[in-house]
Amino acid sequence: MSLVDLACQEAERVRGRVIALHIKVGPLSGVFKDALLSCYEMASHDTSLQGSQLMIEDMPIVIYCPQCRAERTVGSMQRFCCPVCSAPASQIVRGKELELVSLELES
Amino acid sequence: MVEVRKNILKQNDVVARELRSEFRRSNVFVVSLVSSPGSGKTTFLEKILTLLRPAYRVAALVGDLATENDAQRLARSGAPVKQITTGTLCHLEAAMVRNALQTWDLAQLDFLFIENVGNLVCPSSYDLGENMRLVLTSVTEGEDKPLKYPTIFHSADVALLTKMDLSHAVEFDEPTALANIQAVRPGMQVLQVSAKTGLGMKEFIDFLGSSRAGVREMTQSMVFAVITLKTWADHHVDTLSK
Repeated sequence: MSLVDLACQEAERVRGRVIALHIKVGPLSGVFKDALLSCYEMASHDTSLQGSQLMIEDMPIVIYCPQCRAERTVGSMQRFCCPVCSAPASQIVRGKELELVSLELES
Repeated sequence: MVEVRKNILKQNDVVARELRSEFRRSNVFVVSLVSSPGSGKTTFLEKILTLLRPAYRVAALVGDLATENDAQRLARSGAPVKQITTGTLCHLEAAMVRNALQTWDLAQLDFLFIENVGNLVCPSSYDLGENMRLVLTSVTEGEDKPLKYPTIFHSADVALLTKMDLSHAVEFDEPTALANIQAVRPGMQVLQVSAKTGLGMKEFIDFLGSSRAGVREMTQSMVFAVITLKTWADHHVDTLSK
């Protein structure tokens, strides 16, 4: 619901008809992509977003490896270790995002 | 295309943020407990409430889909307890906590415990404004719960291995369990307890006490820092305006 509210506010600000929302979702955001897609239609019904598409960009989990002193992408949520040197790394750089990136307007 | 780049703040996060500042204002240390059903949250909490009661003012909220059984069990400790029945909902949300707390004066409490609905999935997405979240996993559940439910371990601050008195009987592989926790959440603090035999309970009580003292100290030093900054700013405004 807050996604729809936020997007409606932004659409009003730019005074355009929205045809698509682009959002970023990280695996650690606690949001399940399919569930979000299926609620979007219901939530946007009877709003200025009705009929628009929700485009979700899946984000990777990126950690900071203290050993390599570099950011590394981890492939699995079960192993928060550096894929290069195997050092455990708990500092999460990316992967928690739930962000409205842009609105695509009717031209 | 119009760029927005704004975080989508879930409605729950807004309420949780309000709760957190209310807890801070009231000087109450809030601890929540999450785990699968049957891992020993209520038994553990009943013991903790009883052990804390002589020295601290404590209270608890407990969430379940149905029945008041857990509230009755926790009330045996003598602490004020309120049951939140969620009906068909599988987790507690910040708004439910806020509603349940309406008639309580938080300033009269040192510790508030919130026992979530037994579930290792959904509670991880709902911040309740707590200072500390404990995830409990019992030795009877095996060693791989952290690997199967990594997000709950990510949302929690401290892990507790419960029912340690049964570890030998169920051939619990402790090193593997500890390694699994560290794999999903490197550096996570793990405490081993048994509410039945009392193993690790005293250590846990001490840990709670020092965590609460740490937060108080931090809040006090923050207040001090703000006052210092204000004094400095006032002084400079005076100097500048001269």
